[in-house]
Amino acid sequence: MLVLALDTATPTLVAGLARWSAGDGVTVLAERAVPSGTKHAELLTPAIEGVLADAGLAIGAVEAVVTGLGPGPFTGLRVGVVTAAALADARGIPAVGVCSLDAVGTGARTVVTDARRKETYWAAYATDGTRVEGPAVARPEELGLPGPFTGDPAFAERLGAPVTPADVTTAGLLRAAAPQLADPGSAAPLVPLYLRRPDAVPPTSIKPVTR
Amino acid sequence: MNEPIVLGFETSCDETGVGIVRGHTLLADALATSMAEHERFGGVVPEIASRAHLEAMVPTVHRALADAGIAASDVDAVAVTSGPGLTGALLVGVAAAKAYALALGKPLYGVNHLAAHVAVDELQHGPLAEPSIAMLVSGGHSSLLLVPDLAQEVQSLGRTIDDAAGEAFDKVARVLGLPFPGGPPVDRAAREGDARAIAFPRGLTGPRDAAYDFSFSGLKTAVARWVEARERAGEPVPVADVAASFQEAVADVLTAKAVRACRDHGVDHLVLGGGVAANSRLRALAEERCAAAGIVLRVPSPRLCTDNGAMVAALGSRLVAAGVAPSAPDLGADSSLPIDVVSR
Repeated sequence: MLVLALDTATPTLVAGLARWSAGDGVTVLAERAVPSGTKHAELLTPAIEGVLADAGLAIGAVEAVVTGLGPGPFTGLRVGVVTAAALADARGIPAVGVCSLDAVGTGARTVVTDARRKETYWAAYATDGTRVEGPAVARPEELGLPGPFTGDPAFAERLGAPVTPADVTTAGLLRAAAPQLADPGSAAPLVPLYLRRPDAVPPTSIKPVTR
Repeated sequence: MNEPIVLGFETSCDETGVGIVRGHTLLADALATSMAEHERFGGVVPEIASRAHLEAMVPTVHRALADAGIAASDVDAVAVTSGPGLTGALLVGVAAAKAYALALGKPLYGVNHLAAHVAVDELQHGPLAEPSIAMLVSGGHSSLLLVPDLAQEVQSLGRTIDDAAGEAFDKVARVLGLPFPGGPPVDRAAREGDARAIAFPRGLTGPRDAAYDFSFSGLKTAVARWVEARERAGEPVPVADVAASFQEAVADVLTAKAVRACRDHGVDHLVLGGGVAANSRLRALAEERCAAAGIVLRVPSPRLCTDNGAMVAALGSRLVAAGVAPSAPDLGADSSLPIDVVSR
């Protein structure tokens, strides 16, 4: 099965093309990791066209789309999720969502990524790669997990432990998506893992202009 | 007959709009709104609107395709509001439109929201007379435009220097204890009131003021002061008279400046657009004054005055017909896209 994988949950957007089968696992054909800052919407579709060109394939050959659902900064995150949903809808192929943190690193680890506001998105994994805690958002000082840590090294000092630098990868997204790819009918709707409510407080009273 | 089918996306504020047109013919105008979720905040909360756009996107596309009786593969071009508007909200539509264009192998046009408000009238009243003067008044915008060529050249004559007209309606509604958004309830309350009961100020109408700019902040404050003075004196507030007098001040300034813009530029066609153009008094006064000045007035039905996807598809259709180049693959959103950029 030819799968297009996308993720915009971190400042490095990922677009990849891979062959996947239940028996043989993942073969990545092309991948682009693009430092995107806040330009995910500008850069994602060119990155998708780029990996298609790299692999010498047309969009019509893609049989499923996998996307990271975050957690990640909301505006960029939505770009990847809505792109996956729209591509899959237009082509009539399944769209599968996974936790983006599942696609960072392998084995026993605690993944940390930037949640802004001096907090980190995190999740902890067992030796076989199974997620055992998270995803959640916390101040790194209050995480209270031993590591090893992988993900955004900017948090090393505040974690008091080294962080092995790692980004979301196509292979990681496909691995996390395997159960759903094996049975696309079971795929859950693409709902971002926001983990935070919108910042908005209803006004308590009308402020008079005169006093 | 062989006119192209254009799929249009609008997500600049709280409406998720997906419209489909063929030439000047409206095929579908599907809409989802998060308005109810913003009501208790007294205004649109960008993050709530953005989340709602994502949730509504694919289902709204499906409704539009079903209403039009076409398949996605029948679409010849895709258009999307690229600005101005709320960045996070715009980006949901831009990303979705780029993905549909990529998946369908069709050209993409990133368009200006304000120009799309003008273009929508072509779906109801046929090709626009060019040049036309356009006045766009909504919760986010109050602009007077000169439109020599809707596909390629739109000039700004003036705009609000503070609040948009629709914002003034929202704030006056709050002061009067009417629901959000304020436009429809103020319009309804005003029908029972006397528009000459209270002489509220007409902003920027002095001889040395900018002829085509608007100001509604002073009017809004004047209404609040008047109401608070009654409340402090323990007197009942005549809601209908306040609503009618406020609405009259808005409609008076808007129509006077629009008619003046037509006269000054020798233009005999005026198009209204935006949510405030659904206001009954504004429509009536514009008709009266345009008739007296020999100006042909064009106002879309209220449903098409407010934000929708059909208006974006309508402008996209104009761009395709005019042979304008599609947008580059790195199209993004620009929250303050200038009006002279019709497409980018």
